Amino acid sequence: MHLGPELSPLERQEIEAECAHYPERRAAAIEGLKVVQKHRGWVSDGSLQALAELLQMPVGELEGVATFYNLIFRQPVGRHVILLCDSVCCWIKGRDDLNRRLCQRLGIKPGETSADGQFTLLPTVCLGDCDRAPTLMIDHQQHGNLTPEKIDRLLDQLQAPGGEDG
Amino acid sequence: MPRIRIDGQAYEVKEGLNLLQACLGLGLNLPYFCWHPALGSVGACRQCALLQYRDEEDRQGRLVMGCMTAVADGQILSLKADKARHFRAGVIEALMTNHPHDCPVCEEGGECHLQDMTVMSGHHHRRYRGRKRTFVNQDLGPFINHEMNRCITCYRCLRFYRDYAGGEDLHALASRNHTYFGRASDGPLESEFAGNLVEVCPTGVFTDKPLSQSYTRKWDLQHAPSICVHCSLGCNISPGERYGRLKRVQNRYHHGINGYFLCDRGRFGFGHVNHPERPQQPLVRENGRLRPVAASEGLAELARRLETTERWIGIGSPRATLESNLALRELVGADHFFTGLGSHPNALNRALLELLRLPGVNTPSLREIEACDALLLLGEDITQSAPRMALSVRQAVRGAGRDRAAALNIPPWQAQSVQIAGQNARHPLFISHVTATRLDPIAEATYRASPQEQAALAFAVAHCLCPEAPAPEGLDEQAQSLAEKIAEALLHAKRPLIVTGPSSGALPLVEAAGQVARALLNARPAEACPPALIPVFAECNSLGLTLLTQDAAEADLEQAFALSEHGPVGAIILENDLFRRAPGPLVQGFLERLTQRIVIDSIPSPTLNAADLVLPATSFAESQGTLINNEGRAQPLFPVHALHAERRNSWQWLAAVAGHRALKGFASPADALATCVTAAPELAPLSQALPSAAHPFTRLAVPRMPHRNSGRTAAGANLDVREDQQPQDHDSCLTFSMEGAPAPWLSRQSGIGARLPFSWYPGWNSNQAVHKFKDAVDGPLRGGESGMRLDLVCRDNGWHRPLPVDTEAQGLLAVVQPAIFGGEELSNLAAPVFQRAALPCLRIHPDDAPAWSVADGDRVLVRGASAATELPLRVDPRVARGIALLPPTCPPLGTGPTRVSLRSLGSDPLIATDHPEPTDG
Repeated sequence: MHLGPELSPLERQEIEAECAHYPERRAAAIEGLKVVQKHRGWVSDGSLQALAELLQMPVGELEGVATFYNLIFRQPVGRHVILLCDSVCCWIKGRDDLNRRLCQRLGIKPGETSADGQFTLLPTVCLGDCDRAPTLMIDHQQHGNLTPEKIDRLLDQLQAPGGEDG
Repeated sequence: MPRIRIDGQAYEVKEGLNLLQACLGLGLNLPYFCWHPALGSVGACRQCALLQYRDEEDRQGRLVMGCMTAVADGQILSLKADKARHFRAGVIEALMTNHPHDCPVCEEGGECHLQDMTVMSGHHHRRYRGRKRTFVNQDLGPFINHEMNRCITCYRCLRFYRDYAGGEDLHALASRNHTYFGRASDGPLESEFAGNLVEVCPTGVFTDKPLSQSYTRKWDLQHAPSICVHCSLGCNISPGERYGRLKRVQNRYHHGINGYFLCDRGRFGFGHVNHPERPQQPLVRENGRLRPVAASEGLAELARRLETTERWIGIGSPRATLESNLALRELVGADHFFTGLGSHPNALNRALLELLRLPGVNTPSLREIEACDALLLLGEDITQSAPRMALSVRQAVRGAGRDRAAALNIPPWQAQSVQIAGQNARHPLFISHVTATRLDPIAEATYRASPQEQAALAFAVAHCLCPEAPAPEGLDEQAQSLAEKIAEALLHAKRPLIVTGPSSGALPLVEAAGQVARALLNARPAEACPPALIPVFAECNSLGLTLLTQDAAEADLEQAFALSEHGPVGAIILENDLFRRAPGPLVQGFLERLTQRIVIDSIPSPTLNAADLVLPATSFAESQGTLINNEGRAQPLFPVHALHAERRNSWQWLAAVAGHRALKGFASPADALATCVTAAPELAPLSQALPSAAHPFTRLAVPRMPHRNSGRTAAGANLDVREDQQPQDHDSCLTFSMEGAPAPWLSRQSGIGARLPFSWYPGWNSNQAVHKFKDAVDGPLRGGESGMRLDLVCRDNGWHRPLPVDTEAQGLLAVVQPAIFGGEELSNLAAPVFQRAALPCLRIHPDDAPAWSVADGDRVLVRGASAATELPLRVDPRVARGIALLPPTCPPLGTGPTRVSLRSLGSDPLIATDHPEPTDG
C-alpha cells in the first residue's frame, strides 16, 4: 500500500499508544520513528514533519533523533535490508569475503540499494552473535557461520519468485 | 577559602569554583573549548585536563578535567606536567583531524579561540593525512554564515541557542564525526539572539555575515568602548572600523548589563553609520535645492541665521546625547527647548521616571533580573522593545531549575546536571500584553487585553497584595482570579520583579506597575528582599532627555507647534525626525510656518529634507557624549574613529557659534560633561567621569587598534601618498593608534576595564580574552564597569486611583507594536536588519472585523484623529479585542491615545510588493 506523507490512522494509533507511556509527548520520538519505519520502510521528510507535529516538537529536534540512530533510515531502502557485521570477530572469520560476494551478486557497494530496489547492503557494528561469526542480519532475521556459498543460497531464496516473506 | 597548589605554587581560591574557573581567575593559561563562563561546564571537549596528585608522595598523578572538578582544600595539581600537556596536545590533534586548513580565508582567523588553544597546546604539526569529512552548509539568513566543516563539536552553539536563549530551530543532527549543527532546512535563525553564535562558537562555523561581505580582520580594525543606541538598555559594545566604515559590532563585557551577549538588533543594526544618503557635509537650501558646502561655510550660515532671526526654538531628541540636548537648551533657553516628543510620550517618560523614584523599591540591573524568581511583565513586549532584557528574563525563569539543582548540592557550573535536575522547572512569569509575545511559551499565565484592562488587572494585583491600594471596578472573574494568582506568586517570591514600559501608550498601566511594587513593599515583611521594578524606555537617551526637561512647564512638541503660530520663529531640530513623532499634517504645517529650519542629524529623514540648513552630526561611532539608560545609569560614548572633517558632534556645531549667542561650557567633551553635571542636581554623579589630575586616565594611552594593525600609514595612499599624522585624541585616555599601553600592563590597572576598546591579551586573540581583565572569571571587570548610576531623588506619590475602563468609546484603540527588526529608526537603515523585518500590517481580533466590514487580506484605510494611513489587514485571534495593532513604522495618527476607524479598500493586491526595497547598510 502506498502511504502519503500524512500518517495513517493505524500509525497514529500505534504512536498514541507509545505517547501514553510518557509524561511528555516528545519522549515517544524514537518509538514514533520506529512505527513510521515499520510501516513505510523508511522515514521521509513528509513523515518526519507529520510525526513532529503529532509529537508537538520542532521538526529539527526530531531530525536530530532520527539521524542520531543509524538504523532509522532517512533515505529509501530496498525491500530487504542486509546488515553485515564488520566487528572484529566477523572480520577475523572472513566477513570481507562475504561482503565481496554480496556486492558482486547485487551489483552494489556497501551503503547502496540494488537497481531492482530489492536489497540494501549496510555494514553494521556487532550484532552480538560473535560465536557464530561471521554473521549478518536480513530484515529481522539473523544468520551465522556464513560462507560465500551460504550467501548465495540466502540470496537465491530471497530472489526466487514467492521467496521468503514473499 | 580553599588553598590549592598548582605546579608548586600555593594559591587561595574562591569556594564553589571548578578548577578551570580557578586557573583562569589566577591568570593561568589552561586551554578550553566547551566551557563558557555563561554556559557552564559539560566536560565534552577534554581540553582543560590537568594532573591531580593524591598527596605529596604521589609522583604519577591522574588526569582530571578542570571544568568538571570542584576546587577543594589541599589539592595538589599540575598544568605543566608532561602527562597533562601531552594529553591536551593529543585532544587538540584529534579535534583538528577534520578541521580544514582554511584559516587564511576564514572570517574567524586572527580572533579564533581554536587557533589560540591550538597554539597554547603546542600542537603545531599535523600528522593526519586522511580525508576530512565535509558538509553542505545552510543559508541561515542575513546575519550568520554557516561553515560546518570547521566544527569541532563543542556543543556551545546549541547550549547557548537552545538552552540559554530558548531558540527552537537549531539542532544537533547525526552523530560522531558527522554531527551537524543546523536547522531542519535552510532559513533565517529565528532567535533574536542568534548573532551571539558568532562569539559563542570557538571557531569559524558561525561568523558575522555583514562583516564577511566587507571583511577586515580584527587586528586591522579600530575600536572604542561604546554603547548600543538601538534601545534604552545601554548594552556595552565594541564597534570596529576600517577605512572610515563601521564594519561590525561585538559584545563588550559589562557585568551588570549585557554580560557576554547582545541582541541581533544591537549587533547588526549599525548600517545607519555607513548609509550612502547620510549627510556628509553641511547643506544649504538655495533655489529650493540643498547645496553641499564646507564646514566653515555651514558654520557661517548657522551664525548668520541665528543673527537674523529673533526668536528660536530648539527641538531635542531622545536619541541624541545628553551633551547635545543640553547645548541646544542652553542656546535657545530652557523656555524654548522642547523634547521633540508629543505630550503623551513625555507624560509616559515622566511616569516611568517616577517608577525609578519609588522609595524602597529596587531598580535591578539585567544581571539582577536573572536572579528574580517571580516576574510580571506589564504591557511591554520586551523581546521587541528591549531585547537583551528578554534574554535575562529567560534566565530568571530558568532559575527554578538552578534552585532545584542547588538544593541537591549540584554546583551551578555543572550545566548538564543542573539541567537534568531542573527538568522543566520554571519560576512563574506572568505576561500581560495586547497580543502574543515571544516569551509566552515560558510564561505561567498570559493576559491579553486592552491597556486599560491590563491596568485594571495590575491595580487588582496591588489591591490583593495590600487592601489599602484602591481596587479597580468591573474586573471580570477570570481576571480577578489571575490577579490573585499573580499577587500570591509575587508575595511569596524571594525576589519579585515587575517590568513595564511605554509601548502600550497607557499612562494608567505605568502607574499600575508602580502601584504593584508599592503594594508589594507594604505587604512583604520588612526583612524581605525589596521588590524590583524596572521600566524600559523607548530610546537610548529617553531618560536623559526626561531628566533634563522634567521640570519644564512647556516641553511638548504640541506646544512648539502652538508657539510657531504666534509670530515668526526659527527652529533648530536636533537628531529628530518629527514625522515619527506627530501626525504628518501637523508636522508639515509646523515646518511651513517656521521662518528658519535648521536640522542637525546623522541620518536621512523627511524632516531633514525640509531643512534650510543641514548640519551633519556624528553617529554614535564618532560621538563623544553621555547616554542614560533605563536604570538611570549614565554611560560615556567614545568615538571609534577620528572625526570626518565635515562632521561634528551636534553640540560642537552649536558651541562653535560666536557672537551674542555664543555658548559657554562646551569647549571640549570634558567641558560639556562638566556643564551637564550642573544642569540638574540628579546629574551630579556624572562628575566622577570627569578627567582630573588624580585620574589615571589622563596619563594613559589606551590604543584603539590592536598592535598588529597593518597598513595604517598607507590607508589613505589612494588620496595622498604623504603620510598624514595620526589623528590626535585630546579628550580621552584613548588614542587613534596601535601604540600605547600594552594589554598585560593595562590588565593590571584598576578601572581600565570599562575603557577597553576591544578585548585582547597575548595568546588570547578572541573575545574570550576578557577574563584576563577580571579578578574572578564570574566577576566584574577589574576596577568596575562603565558608567555610574545616578542618585535619583526618591518620591512617593501615594496610591493611584484606578480609572473605570471606558466601554463607551467609539473605534478601535490604536496601539503600536514594537518590533526588534524594522521597529527602530536607526537599525531600519541597516540592510540585514531590514531584511528580517516583517511586512507592515494592521492586526485586529476576528470579532472586531465584521463591525468595520473588513476581512483578512484587505487593504484598509486606518483613520485617526489627525491623520490616516493605508495598511494591509491581518485578522489575528491573538490580538486583544478592541485594539488596532499598528506596525512600528506606522506614522502617528493622532496625539495621545488614539482611536481609529477602518475602511476596506478591497483585497490587497500589493501585499507582496509594498515592502520597500532595503537600502545599502
